[in-house]
Amino acid sequence: MLLIRCPYCEQERPEVEFSFAHQAHKPRPEEAGEPLDDHAWARWVYYQKNIKGVAHERWNHAGGCRKFFNVVRDTVTSEIIATYRSGETPPVEESRVEGEALSFDYEQAEG
Amino acid sequence: MAVQPAKKQRFNALALFRNALSYHQNWEQQWRSPAPLDAYDVIIVGGGGHGLATAYYLAKEHGITNIAVLEKGWIGGGNTGRNTTIVRSNYLWDESAAMYEHAMKLWEGLTQELNYNVMFSQRGVLNLAHNMTDVRDTQRRVNANRLNGIDSIYLDAKGVKKVVPGIDLRGGGRYPVLGASYQPRGGTARHDAVAWGYARKCDEMGVHIIQNCKVTGFDIEGGVVKGVQTTKGRIGAKKVGLVPAGHSSVLASMAGFRLPVESHPLQALVSEPIKPTIHNVVMSNAVHAYISQSDKGELVIGAGVDQYISYGQRGSQHLAEETLVAICELFPQYKRMKMLRQWGGIVDVCPDASPILTSTPVGNMYLNCGWGTGGFKATPGSGHAFAAHIAKGEPTALTAPFALSRFETGFLIDEHGAAAVAH
Ligand SMILES: Cc1cc2nc3c(=O)[nH]c(=O)nc-3n(C[C@H](O)[C@H](O)[C@H](O)COP(=O)(O)OP(=O)(O)OC[C@H]3O[C@@H](n4cnc5c(N)ncnc54)[C@H](O)[C@@H]3O)c2cc1C
Ligand SMILES: [Zn+2]
Repeated sequence: MLLIRCPYCEQERPEVEFSFAHQAHKPRPEEAGEPLDDHAWARWVYYQKNIKGVAHERWNHAGGCRKFFNVVRDTVTSEIIATYRSGETPPVEESRVEGEALSFDYEQAEG
Repeated sequence: MAVQPAKKQRFNALALFRNALSYHQNWEQQWRSPAPLDAYDVIIVGGGGHGLATAYYLAKEHGITNIAVLEKGWIGGGNTGRNTTIVRSNYLWDESAAMYEHAMKLWEGLTQELNYNVMFSQRGVLNLAHNMTDVRDTQRRVNANRLNGIDSIYLDAKGVKKVVPGIDLRGGGRYPVLGASYQPRGGTARHDAVAWGYARKCDEMGVHIIQNCKVTGFDIEGGVVKGVQTTKGRIGAKKVGLVPAGHSSVLASMAGFRLPVESHPLQALVSEPIKPTIHNVVMSNAVHAYISQSDKGELVIGAGVDQYISYGQRGSQHLAEETLVAICELFPQYKRMKMLRQWGGIVDVCPDASPILTSTPVGNMYLNCGWGTGGFKATPGSGHAFAAHIAKGEPTALTAPFALSRFETGFLIDEHGAAAVAH
């Protein structure tokens, strides 16, 4: 079980108090300056970076203060590198042990 | 250089006897380990059951034998060799019912077809209902199954007890059993044998099985794939089929596109071996537990998925614990059992709990992934359907509903109810 430090409660608490809330820093299409069409919407709702390596994630302290915050975590070792409040700049960049960083979120033709 | 087929000896009682005379030292190699050629007609990335089955049906049904299956570890070492081996086809929606029932029909003849004992045992599968919502959902699914010609029966609590005498219908007071869906044709199969059986037949038809060969990138020219970069060098290909399960996002990113999947650990565990006590497969979606007994006597138990993304191939302890609590409430006789082994696999889960079988934004590159927590049962059907898709270069009736485009059109195939592990 992970031990996660909630940046609002400023305490390390067991994972069962938290829910994973997927990829962090994911702009809505209009925030990214994209037209709000089916394509961009599908990208925003369903598509994930699903990084193998160091990733920025959202978590919710569901069994505590109920606030959303962000976590920098290694998805291979599960090591939690940092946690920080929503709206703050990530203290550590994302990186991959395998796979490529893609610069775009909303492009790509369809299969 | 052409790819050489090589006829295999048949496995039968006579062969067993003959080989006994030489103390089983002279069985022929099941598949060869050739060095990769410069190029192939089709490269399959991922030597799990689905990848090997795809290669097999490409060779057998579409006459394409100049194929390599590239596996970064050993064949079947991914989820194929890590699952709890449950096979059933009682999914809710027409598209999934078609796919899983297609697989079920192939399972029924697979041992004979491959001349390899995949130990397919149609011992029956029950999915328990613990509350009125479960009961209504289960009855609805049973009715949908029957409309699709799938053998699905609704059992009330008494009916469950008749089929599974060891169950405590009170569920320890916590998980009362009100009923279940029952598919008599469902059951289990020997997972490793599925990989080995397909690999052996592939090798017989001249398909190259290349292990310890990791794909690290793609050669894409003008939006069309021309080859793959691997730890054994560059290999050219006219077509590439990706079947990498948990690593689907990683491979897609190398080809320049993203996927709507997340990779999570899913774990299983087995007990010490005991006498035959449970004769079918019992699953409970609501309490995250499923159980069957292997021929060796071990109870084979599946737990839930970890909530977070992980490529660590290891599940957390507290999930196993929750599952065992539920198992002990449903089967009090197992309370003193010791667990022997626990392991995890990485499953790539789609938002609608249905797989992706699709053409991709890259020309001549095809993708079969997203089977998540429940793709073992589909192995032959998935391979068969995906082979047809690759050979034709376009969707078939079976694969079309599972295209990536469903996330834009909104035609999702929501199988969270039937997929048996909530994610
Ligand atoms: C614990 C557990 C229990 C399960 N229980 C069931 C069950 O009871 N019933 C059921 O139907 N399903 C079950 N499943 C799901 C099922 O195991 C999978 O859906 C299915 O086996 C997927 O098969 P596959 O061939 O696509 O994947 P895999 O067998 O994982 O094969 C993919 C292969 O691709 C290889 N690969 C990845 N990246 C690369 C690369 N870059 N280069 C080369 N090769 C690469 C991997 O090494 C791997 O061998 C379970 C899964 C787990 C983990
Ligand atoms: Zn908090």
